[in-house]
Amino acid sequence: MGIEVFVQQLINGLTLGSIYGLIAIGYTMVFGIIGMVNFAHGDVFMLSAFIALIGFLVLTTILGIGSVALALFIAMLVGMVLTSLWGWSLERLAYRPLRGSFRLAPLISAIGVSIFLSNFVQLAQGARNKPTPPMMQEVIPLFERNGYLVALSYKQLIIMLVTATLLTGFWYVVKKTSLGRAQRACEQDRKMAALVGIDVDRTIALTFVLGAALAAVAGTMYLLYYGVVNFADGFIPGVKAFTAAVLGGIGSLPGAVLGGLIIGLVETMWSAVFPIEYKDVASFCILAIVLTFMPSGILGRPEVEKV
Amino acid sequence: MTALLSIRGVEAAYGAIVALKGVDLEVNQGEIVTLIGSNGAGKSTLMMTIFGNPRARRGSIAFDGRDITALPTHEIARLRIAQSPEGRRIFPRMTVYENLQMGAELDGAAHFREDLERMLAIFPRLKERLHQRGGTMSGGEQQMLAIARALMARPRLLLLDEPSLGLAPLIAKQIFAVVADLNRREGMTVFLVEQNAYHALKLAHRGYVMVTGQITMSGTGAELLANPDVKAAYLEGGAH
Ligand SMILES: Nc1ncnc2c1ncn2[C@@H]1O[C@H](COP(=O)(O)OP(=O)(O)O)[C@@H](O)[C@H]1O
Ligand SMILES: [Mg+2]
Repeated sequence: MGIEVFVQQLINGLTLGSIYGLIAIGYTMVFGIIGMVNFAHGDVFMLSAFIALIGFLVLTTILGIGSVALALFIAMLVGMVLTSLWGWSLERLAYRPLRGSFRLAPLISAIGVSIFLSNFVQLAQGARNKPTPPMMQEVIPLFERNGYLVALSYKQLIIMLVTATLLTGFWYVVKKTSLGRAQRACEQDRKMAALVGIDVDRTIALTFVLGAALAAVAGTMYLLYYGVVNFADGFIPGVKAFTAAVLGGIGSLPGAVLGGLIIGLVETMWSAVFPIEYKDVASFCILAIVLTFMPSGILGRPEVEKV
Repeated sequence: MTALLSIRGVEAAYGAIVALKGVDLEVNQGEIVTLIGSNGAGKSTLMMTIFGNPRARRGSIAFDGRDITALPTHEIARLRIAQSPEGRRIFPRMTVYENLQMGAELDGAAHFREDLERMLAIFPRLKERLHQRGGTMSGGEQQMLAIARALMARPRLLLLDEPSLGLAPLIAKQIFAVVADLNRREGMTVFLVEQNAYHALKLAHRGYVMVTGQITMSGTGAELLANPDVKAAYLEGGAH
């Protein structure tokens, strides 16, 4: 692979990796705080892409908003609010009643929710791919070599900027605010957190809300990037983001972002060398290898099986 | 006068294991009250049952005249009852500073700066470790941090569960001195669980003895110290 292809795939990989990283945070936060893999998280991502699509179409065609960026931004905010509500209700109805039950119970509940959600969207929106109108086609040419133009598209730039901004804000919340501290306290010692006056149930619910809101951003970015969404799109990107979380070290926030970027890069580099039909194989292989040989991931703590 | 903390006929269990079998106990405003008893007597369970975890399945617990038996744990804490629990339970991946912030959460962080200075003056060791992760500190340092974290809440009632456990005698002494000082100078009400019965009874105004989930004796610290049964069971070789 020439340097030009490499640089182009690097840009593509980081874009894709940003999206995976945003989804992976939701997996890792929930796992960190209640020790559960929220299998329905990928479908929340898919749902938010649909909300963004519908919101975008309503805003541009019915309400006549001319600016694509503005319409997309509003659609994203609507998606964040709706998926947050969804995340909150999900925790209340499907997971909280099962806390303290046997360990697999919430997992089974999550798989049920996941099946429900993708089937609901399939019924409501149909099984075929839903495209957006073409938008933001502009690219910034970087350099040309051997007749190959390396370029950064506006979409990619936006996706990386939005992700970076959001992660900075999110990092600040987790590190510096009392909500973030409460969240980390619950993750480290729930019983003690209650003794210092933290409402543990509320903190767990907020964790779901935060994860869902980030997934909504990821869903909107996905829609922007690929211009198409399908009811089954919760599954593959969901598993990849889960792989990212495991690779980075499940429970670790920087790990989720790092894992996301690595998975994004592996996927694009792999597609540049091997037939593109096999691109998903790479991620799944990584998941299997990591789970077998380094279950605590790159930045994870070895004692993560404590729960 | 009603007691600040009043425990009446409290029973608590872990599944089939009944750990408290009808406990009556009172702590008055401004007192240091100690609860002694051998390992497994139910002392820590009582400390946690005050916070509703495990919840009393019979009997009642009142704080400042208000029934708190069925209140959620965090709401009990918000009445300004703070605990340095068994095993210290420092948030291991938070710094000393952040652990103290967690303690101050109850106080709405209103007096954080001032209280932080005060804690660092009482426990100068914590000052050197301020930005170290709690989990990497020694047992004695963690104990100091657990007490400081509880004090950051400006508690109306301070619960200490075996603050001297596993500490070098000199550090244990230092910690008892801090407790005595807080009580004398600020009128802090303290409920202290100890296996180190000699020091605890010396320090306390009143004491209770617990055996397998029941209170078997109570009296002033001096009375219990002089009691031959207490001497035989809890003080053999313990005094120094
Ligand atoms: N989490 C728990 N689950 C089951 N049994 C427990 C638990 N904690 C304590 N116990 C039991 O309850 C009894 C009282 O324990 P504890 O309150 O820790 O005693 P102490 O603090 O006086 O040493 C013991 O028999 C102990 O084995
Ligand atoms: Mg104990």
